[in-house]
Amino acid sequence: MRIEEKKKYSEQQIPNPAKVGQHIDSEEIEAISPWKDTAKQLRKNRFAIIGFVIILFFIVLGLAAPLVTSYSVEEQQLVNRLHPPSEEHWLGTDHLGRDIFTRIAYGARVSLQVGFFAVTGALFFGTLLGIIAGYFGRWVDMVISRIFDILLAFPSILLAIAIVAILGASLQNALIAIAIINIPIFGRLVRSRVISLREEEYIMAAKAQGMKNGRIILHHILPNSVAPIIVQATLGFGTAILEAAALGFLGLGVQPPVPEWGQMLADARDFIQLAPWTLLAPGISIMLVVLGFNLIGDGLRDALDPKMKN
Amino acid sequence: MRQQLQKPLLEINGLKKYFPIKGGVLGRTVGEVKAVDDVSFTVFEGEILGIVGESGCGKSTTGKAILRLIEPTAGEVKFEDQDITHINAEEMRRLRRDMQIIFQDPYASLNPRHTVEKIIGEPLLIHGVKNAKERTSRVKELLEVVGLSAYHASRYPHQFSGGQRQRIGIARALANNPKLIICDEPVSALDVSVQAQILNLMEALRDEFNLTYIFIAHDLSVVKHISDRVGVMYLGRMVELTSKDKLYDDAKHPYTQALLSAVPDPDPDIEKERVILKGDVPSPADPPAGCAFHTRCPMAMDICKSVRPAFIPVEDNHFVACHLYDGQQQNLSRINGL
Repeated sequence: MRIEEKKKYSEQQIPNPAKVGQHIDSEEIEAISPWKDTAKQLRKNRFAIIGFVIILFFIVLGLAAPLVTSYSVEEQQLVNRLHPPSEEHWLGTDHLGRDIFTRIAYGARVSLQVGFFAVTGALFFGTLLGIIAGYFGRWVDMVISRIFDILLAFPSILLAIAIVAILGASLQNALIAIAIINIPIFGRLVRSRVISLREEEYIMAAKAQGMKNGRIILHHILPNSVAPIIVQATLGFGTAILEAAALGFLGLGVQPPVPEWGQMLADARDFIQLAPWTLLAPGISIMLVVLGFNLIGDGLRDALDPKMKN
Repeated sequence: MRQQLQKPLLEINGLKKYFPIKGGVLGRTVGEVKAVDDVSFTVFEGEILGIVGESGCGKSTTGKAILRLIEPTAGEVKFEDQDITHINAEEMRRLRRDMQIIFQDPYASLNPRHTVEKIIGEPLLIHGVKNAKERTSRVKELLEVVGLSAYHASRYPHQFSGGQRQRIGIARALANNPKLIICDEPVSALDVSVQAQILNLMEALRDEFNLTYIFIAHDLSVVKHISDRVGVMYLGRMVELTSKDKLYDDAKHPYTQALLSAVPDPDPDIEKERVILKGDVPSPADPPAGCAFHTRCPMAMDICKSVRPAFIPVEDNHFVACHLYDGQQQNLSRINGL
């Protein structure tokens, strides 16, 4: 054992002279793009994989809803109300006799849709404003940053309620409200990233080449700010779904009889002692989706942040 | 001497860059850091002008202010007889094709998310080479010119060593056949053995493409190796400017003399007269009145404390800003240097 170790050590110390300098460069060396590297890191992260599996499960469930269940979402069978989980009704039935599994499956569509559109909207406008504020600075930055501050000064759910109250309760308006309350989160993130990037020497180099602002922003600043935006978007997906559920719970989101997890929770609240499964199913679904997105987000952050690399 | 036969490419007159110091609750300007304080010199076509000085003396700021990467506070920068300090952004953008820069840190000056092909090809694209095939072949040609291989084009900066990255930076600067390249300490981040390679490459490129360099460095031996003329800066001012040989053999300014006496000699038997300067470099936010160097100058006189010495030729092609040489001002035409 000892001798082996010693041998190993000496081999490391004295490199084979024939090989010196040869391994460093050859035509076969593959170009390693930063994105490939990230994907490789991500594949190694077990929790991120679990997150992907969870989200994939709900996406498939939502897409294949008509295939996995033969019950109708809306049809009420009052005879069968509040049945506990059984072979016929996997997750039981609710207070109107509707199959809960069916409603969870269709509800996945609504939740993922809300998450996707709210995050996309917030991401687009947040990034746009953040880049403008960070890159141009001065009074432009002042104005945009103060708008962000005003939006952040309100508790987010209260602001969402106010926006929905103004626009009227519907899925679309809930979506807009959630997008608006998330804009400053993306905006501030991008702004701070752009401000630090602006001082980077390769941005000065781009300027020295004679590039226009638009090109510097699109080709140099944006690709280098993508990492934190992706992480925030993934984490924001979870929050958006949670916020949509909260609005649904308050009756300000999707209107019945369209199935929505938050609203299902609100309906089940009255039967918590009588039929706890009506509450558990949507509750656990929300938890799992949010957890899934958070796991992916954490994994992405580790994979994209060079400081975390070993 | 080659520079006398040729015409000036770049003339700098009274260049100043003051950075405001913001303070107080309201963020008012409470002072100024005089990073570059009234610097004037001329760069001739085809020459390598070295600029040396301690860190913080304003040499990098001078280089960046010439290219307007940092907007100068005052002064005139004439490139091919055109004052570029007041032209608009679009005109300046087009002019950048002729004036390039090589940065100090080869790790920070290349975009980590771009391939080498994109890094070198981008300046070509923005200055009119729209044909992708033409760009690719030019990129490959440039890579060969700076001593890399064509197959490196598809790789990313993190796959290269410091010296190789600096070569990429040089290729990028060369892409559009510029006339002037400002080299902002291009070798100070590199190993000594690699430094020599890069310096030799830069010299060869100068001869091949008829380039003009402003070579900024803090290493006196590096500057001695590459420059035709050398300017010495202290606290935002140029104190001496002359040909390389004159500067290293017959320095006039007490600061230059002190600086040169600090260069180690490989022969341990040679007894050198070492000029040790007292104290620290004063803060550029509050430079001393008169001559900026008078607080540390071994030969300071009364006049040095109150009157700032003019930057004047005391011999042919030898400019000094020092009161010691007040009486010796040569009656030379300004064309010779300023």
